[in-house]
Amino acid sequence: MKWLKVHPDKCVGCGTCMETCSKTWFKENNPALSRIQVTEKGEDNYDLNACNQCGTCIDMCPVGALARDGNGIVRMDEKKCVGCLMCVGFCPTKSFYHAPKRPEPFKCIACGLCAKACPVEALEIVTE
Amino acid sequence: MTKEMKLIAEWTYEPSDVVKGYTNQTLYVNVGKQEFAAKAVSEEMKLKFTGGRGFDLKLLWDAVNEKTKWNDPENEIVISGGPLCGITQYPGAGKFYAAFISPLTEQTYDSNAGGHFGPLLKVAGFDAIELQGKAEKDVVVVIDGDACKVQIFESIFDDVNAYTITEELHELFSDGSNDDKRYVSVLSAGKAAEFSYWGCINSSFWDIRRKVARLKQAGRGGGGTILRDKKIAAVVVKSHKLSGDMNKAVDIKVLQDRGNKLHREIHDLDAQQCRMRTVGTPHLNEIMNEYHLLPTHNYKFGAHKDIDKIHSNVYEKLFTQGIPDGCWYGCSLACAKAVDNFTIQTGPCKGKVVTVDGPEYETAVALGSNVGVFDPYWTLEGNFYADHYGLDTISLGTGLAFVCECYERGYITKEHTAGLDLNFGQAANLMELIHRMALGKDEFALAVGKGVRQMKKIFSERYGAPYEEMEKFGMEGQGIEVSEYVPKESIAQWGGFFLTLKGPQHDEAWLIFMDRVNKQLPTFEDKAEALHYFPNFRTWFSLVGLCKLPWNDIEPADNATKYRPQDAAKVPEHVQNYVDIFNAVTGRNIDKEELILMAERVYNFQRVFNLRMGKGTRKDHNIPLRALGPVYADEWEARPEYYDNELKSTGVDPAGLSVEEKIAKLQEARLAQWDKLVDAVYKRRGWDRNGIPTVKKLKELGMDLPEVVAVVEKHARPEDQWED
Repeated sequence: MKWLKVHPDKCVGCGTCMETCSKTWFKENNPALSRIQVTEKGEDNYDLNACNQCGTCIDMCPVGALARDGNGIVRMDEKKCVGCLMCVGFCPTKSFYHAPKRPEPFKCIACGLCAKACPVEALEIVTE
Repeated sequence: MTKEMKLIAEWTYEPSDVVKGYTNQTLYVNVGKQEFAAKAVSEEMKLKFTGGRGFDLKLLWDAVNEKTKWNDPENEIVISGGPLCGITQYPGAGKFYAAFISPLTEQTYDSNAGGHFGPLLKVAGFDAIELQGKAEKDVVVVIDGDACKVQIFESIFDDVNAYTITEELHELFSDGSNDDKRYVSVLSAGKAAEFSYWGCINSSFWDIRRKVARLKQAGRGGGGTILRDKKIAAVVVKSHKLSGDMNKAVDIKVLQDRGNKLHREIHDLDAQQCRMRTVGTPHLNEIMNEYHLLPTHNYKFGAHKDIDKIHSNVYEKLFTQGIPDGCWYGCSLACAKAVDNFTIQTGPCKGKVVTVDGPEYETAVALGSNVGVFDPYWTLEGNFYADHYGLDTISLGTGLAFVCECYERGYITKEHTAGLDLNFGQAANLMELIHRMALGKDEFALAVGKGVRQMKKIFSERYGAPYEEMEKFGMEGQGIEVSEYVPKESIAQWGGFFLTLKGPQHDEAWLIFMDRVNKQLPTFEDKAEALHYFPNFRTWFSLVGLCKLPWNDIEPADNATKYRPQDAAKVPEHVQNYVDIFNAVTGRNIDKEELILMAERVYNFQRVFNLRMGKGTRKDHNIPLRALGPVYADEWEARPEYYDNELKSTGVDPAGLSVEEKIAKLQEARLAQWDKLVDAVYKRRGWDRNGIPTVKKLKELGMDLPEVVAVVEKHARPEDQWED
């Protein structure tokens, strides 16, 4: 299973990952639209939150819009999604996000672009 | 297969997109004259009636006259979801409300159901549908939101029972794939609805995981009876326009934020609060038993030694777990539980392996303790057949409980019942009676299906049963059977059941805990205030298309500590959520006070509507003695110390009195309390002593429409007006 592993101890809070993510998927530099969220917990202390592909959301979806792909990544069929956000509300790690820009929620699909952009190697795509 | 269904009539309409929760047009279909029309929704109609049940009643008012009977062609079934119906972000937003002149109560009734019919009707282009007229042969009405056509087909179905016809129609109006079937919803009744006044309207949704049609019910009041009287075998709606912003809300952010917050509450707290996600409403079974509120043997008793056999833990094991059991998208409360792989033991489906939708608490009790059967498998079979035959499980259970008591008291015998011993607990015979109700041939079964009010007359006239005795324990008000809570221990709940618009259902107010257990309503004025606020607050859900369960079957963690108890009972944070999501969809700017006013407008309109139909006065707010207290010695003797104390609290010393004398004294005292309650409630609601809304009240609400005022002025009497 492929997923984005986070190393918060390395994070410097530069926000490059969020910028990369939101620009990639929403064509807009807006941290609220990023599928990875960086939160400052204290001085030089950051929390990194992105989907770990646990799959709890799959069983929550009332329309069957969530399923694992060949790499084990939980992907959403946006045409099927009805925007109910049960996947968001019941995500054990609170890594499924929503924004008023569109009805459908969004989450990390382990594309790896943020990991490539991260200047301090705080993010890593792993297959386990 | 559509080619095999003969098209009788077809009408093409202009699509009307949803804007701010409304399509701004309603659909009229006359199945007799095969006429169709789209009617515009005015801004005034939205302001005065909001939507849902409000639209239903407005359209029904215009369709009938004061002499209209339930089976007259002009009677309608009007169905509307309301402006919030179909939002997916906030749990419980897929309800429709159906209104009609009821065969049971001979006045307006409204009943609601989940399933996908309400949302699909809206995206198909209509805020409501009126079904009027009577077809000559069985028909299927189809609203095709993709093609913008309304069609009437001659039905090809020999079996109109709900599961059969629903599954066939999901197949027929989809491409046959599992995913495509969810864009279809079917309304149906069933065979028993042709003979019984307890006919329910089944509303379907396609369960993509189980790959079956699930049925939710607008159960009460006889809507299914009217559907079959009109020879409508089914109503189909289909549309592929489902999406997360199908209501075109003005502020989707608010919907997302409030919805997600509630999902989180449910995620964090449901397992400790009501366990709706695992057992649904049957979590109440043992709680009601503990407080002597579980209807047992026709409401004689409120508890039973065999409660463990119907404990929620038993149902938890029967229900399939881990499936998103919402009856509309986004309902993470997921109380629409189902039992899979259930093998039917009796009747026409014997041997078939089915999914049983439910039971909910009311069904678990109505077709359980109330008829003296403590066997969940029997309850499941009864639940399945009631839905399949199109019978309301609540009226059915309470009606059967009445039959059992008549049998126990010797008022009816095997001679009358065509050989059936119908004592409490006679499970096999009671099931046989249900099957006979669907066959429509047996005279006794036909009489039972007419409801408790008619049974009292028929048993008296046909079998010589004592009418006055049956009046004491026949659990009906305004012609409809009491739902499944023992009301005799709470004065406020007498009102919650019997001072209602449409009879003793559990739709308006449930005050037993506030009143009896938590002692939060000490005075008659307190009870009256609760019987003003809660019926109106709960009416509001019916105007906008919401389910009430996510209101207080889940509460914020700090609800009980943040507010004083009387306010905590309102769940203030959730009330604010409702205000916020209404504004976010419609762009209006209501507050929690305006919310109550919106409901009061329709509540009072419906009361006047009933007055127009020859009901709706004080004498129509009947209450059977058993709802007020014990009627026979065995009830008193089940809790002698408790009832002796009850008698003492009325100022009567029970010492030296026989049980019969004690019962008579307590009845006398409680009837006096009932009168006080009626006065207090009428006054608080702005009604006169006879239960008629005053013109002053109508003016305050902006509901002084000329035709409404004319009805009030025709019936109101000077002597019934309050002095001040």
